[in-house]
Amino acid sequence: MTAAKTSPLLLDVKNVTVTFGGLNAVDGARLALEDNQLLGFIGPNGAGKTTLMRAIIGMLTPSSGQIILDGQDISNRRLVDRINLGMALAQQIIKPLKDMTLLDNVALAAGGNKLLSPIKAMIHRSRQHEQDIAHGLLTEVGLADAIYKYPAELPLGFLKRLEVARALARQPKVLLLDEPLAGLSIKEAEDMADLIMGLPCKGRGVILIEHNLSQVRRICKTLYVQNNGRPLAFGATDDVLEKREVQMAYLGKSE
Amino acid sequence: MAYEMIVLTNMLIAILFAQSLNLITGFCGQVSLGHAAFLGIGAYTSAMLTKAGWPLAATFIPAMVIAGMIGMIVGAASLRVRHDFLAITTMGVSFLFTGIIRKQDMLGGEMGIAGIPAAYGGRVGLLLMTLCLTILFIIIMIYVKRSWMGYVFESIAEDEDTAGVLGIDVRRFKLFAFVLGTAGAGLAGALYAHQVRFIGPDSFGFVESVTVLSMVIVGGIGSIWGVTIAAALLSVMPQFFQVIDDYKLLVYGMLLFFAMRFMPDGLGGLAKRFRQNRNPDSSSERSQA
Repeated sequence: MTAAKTSPLLLDVKNVTVTFGGLNAVDGARLALEDNQLLGFIGPNGAGKTTLMRAIIGMLTPSSGQIILDGQDISNRRLVDRINLGMALAQQIIKPLKDMTLLDNVALAAGGNKLLSPIKAMIHRSRQHEQDIAHGLLTEVGLADAIYKYPAELPLGFLKRLEVARALARQPKVLLLDEPLAGLSIKEAEDMADLIMGLPCKGRGVILIEHNLSQVRRICKTLYVQNNGRPLAFGATDDVLEKREVQMAYLGKSE
Repeated sequence: MAYEMIVLTNMLIAILFAQSLNLITGFCGQVSLGHAAFLGIGAYTSAMLTKAGWPLAATFIPAMVIAGMIGMIVGAASLRVRHDFLAITTMGVSFLFTGIIRKQDMLGGEMGIAGIPAAYGGRVGLLLMTLCLTILFIIIMIYVKRSWMGYVFESIAEDEDTAGVLGIDVRRFKLFAFVLGTAGAGLAGALYAHQVRFIGPDSFGFVESVTVLSMVIVGGIGSIWGVTIAAALLSVMPQFFQVIDDYKLLVYGMLLFFAMRFMPDGLGGLAKRFRQNRNPDSSSERSQA
């Protein structure tokens, strides 16, 4: 680490390649996330966005490359370690635990040590502290009225917010959001985008994978574009969207 | 009186044994088709020790520790796979256990171990001891269910991948459930050995593993009371109806099938639905979509 750097990167992805049986689904991906930044991550269908996201969080093992979280090389760590070192993922296909209320869904993720040590889990009974945290987070994402409801009782828009609240309960340094706007109505998507815009803060950066380009353009100042698994552009949103190769690949504009 | 006491002791041992599997399969969602092997490990450990002059009560800890330790080894190897694969792997454990026991002259080989000493206090003593231990184990189960461990187990049982994304060390918790459950089976085995006072490899085979799994499934995965009732009923039925005893694997296999097909939540789920129907307020609240 160079001491001169004033704002160290929260996440540094260096030349990550993920191979599925000879095919490079992600090929030399490079991106960096700064503190308090909202980074948009776009690319056409099949560009390997979710694959890269899964490689970053540790659900997939890259065949080469490095992933640095807050100065620490986590390339060889497993999923549970990476999450506990400060990463969280809100998945594209929402997976609420259906037998628990929203409050308990979120409180579980706030369990800290009790999720790592069975002994600690066994000697602790009270969920009060975690439920207080969960209540706060559910309020923050706009679900204050639904905390005692079960996931089956709620529409997709609410469950997408639940997914975000649950990821926030991990108090992540790096928050990965995989298509949180997908499947939402225009109004819902706009509200969700407003919510996402407020998520980056001191000590927390957010990567947003999204197809909804109008919202991404509105809320992200920095963009990373991937096409066919390869990095295509990385930089300020307006500059990136001006680039001809981005327009050709993503927006389908011809020369 | 003696006969009733035997039936009652058997019933309590079956409840303890079924609850130990309920911890693994019910609470934590890991199907095991080889649980009888751990009953056997406890039974053999305890029988060898009491034959060497130990009092029965002193053999409980060794029986649990050895069953739990072997459970840890088996769990570490088999919990990497899931669902059907886990069922097949644990089924292998059941055959491996009887296969190994048959070849051990020290453990009586095919002939098994006979002349296991009676418990202190005779039949009454054993019944009381079994009653206390079974109640104690159920209390521990209730405690576990309400603790953070039960909370974490519930999430793993429902969706391991999601539990992992939430930061839960899924592998460690699954292994812990396996160790606790197999240790419980070891305790049940120690009691069982001194109830029947003769054990052989066939007492802990595949049929016994299927029987205990059907107790857990019929009772309702994860429901402490449902499993207690199912274990009590299913353990005494073969003693009253000879047919059931003769066609054990067929009867329990069918029971398992019908429970999974028509009553996936078991008796526990049925009771829950009944309560909700009686109390329309809470049910309408739940079903609002």
